Amino acid sequence: MNKNYVITSWGILRRGSVIVNDKIEPVQENNLNFADLIKSLFRKEQISYPKFFKMDNVSKLGFLCAELVLRDSRVAGRYSKEETGVVITNSASSLDTDHIYQETIRDKANYFPSPSVFVYTLPNIVIGEICIRHKLNGENAFLISESFDPALLKRQVDELLDHDRAAACLCGWVEVLKDRFEALLFLVEHAERMESDSEGAQSRKEFTVENLTEIYNKQG
Amino acid sequence: MEELIKKLKQEVIVQLNLEDISVDDIDADAPLFGEGLGLDSIDALELIVLLEKNYGIKIEDPKDGKKIFFSIRTMAEYITERQKA
Repeated sequence: MNKNYVITSWGILRRGSVIVNDKIEPVQENNLNFADLIKSLFRKEQISYPKFFKMDNVSKLGFLCAELVLRDSRVAGRYSKEETGVVITNSASSLDTDHIYQETIRDKANYFPSPSVFVYTLPNIVIGEICIRHKLNGENAFLISESFDPALLKRQVDELLDHDRAAACLCGWVEVLKDRFEALLFLVEHAERMESDSEGAQSRKEFTVENLTEIYNKQG
Repeated sequence: MEELIKKLKQEVIVQLNLEDISVDDIDADAPLFGEGLGLDSIDALELIVLLEKNYGIKIEDPKDGKKIFFSIRTMAEYITERQKA
């Protein structure tokens, strides 16, 4: 089928690198640790969302990256709730949170399983948090791959868009494991639906494996 | 009692990751759920864990939860009562 799809917005959030649509975002310091970077960005974006600090690290990272990608896009006005899908991938699944939960049940003499940690011991919860925030009711999937795999993403998103199961898709990679963290999200839309919208036209890129790879390799 | 209330407020902030809330922001008599701190059902479970972990108190009858966790003060009163028993 292969219709023409474009990346209309994208964001990278990793240590020392916060980039949105080729623009480097100012953060207080370059080498902030995860908690400080997340807090600093959350404050800078002036997001009012009390539940944010109760999320696990994968959800916090994905949630914030989605904020950066969607903040200037008009996706909410352009599509109905059911028309925007979400496809996210990573390598570590929810292992970062699984470790934290395991700590609460490791010692039989000090056995206090945490319900609020337990609810995040699935990788797809980050998709739920993003969908709740942006009121997205389209199809979604969370996939595990050894490393960032642009061909896998392209295949999955094409499948959704080719068969009209979504008209737009937020997709990418959200990985957290101990000190390592990296998020990269793209908003992909039908090129023809964007033709009449000149805003942001220059920064649009064709949705190809090569362009996904090129964006992934950008450094702040 | 007032000392226990202050301690409980600190423990609740830590246990529930209430990032933007300070001890002074919490009214000891305000409802913890619905209005007030706007806690949810997962928070309720965390409060049960807090009582067990920090005070060795197990809530035997879940129906008592509504009364015990109404406010910080009702939690403090329950802890004091159970510690006397």
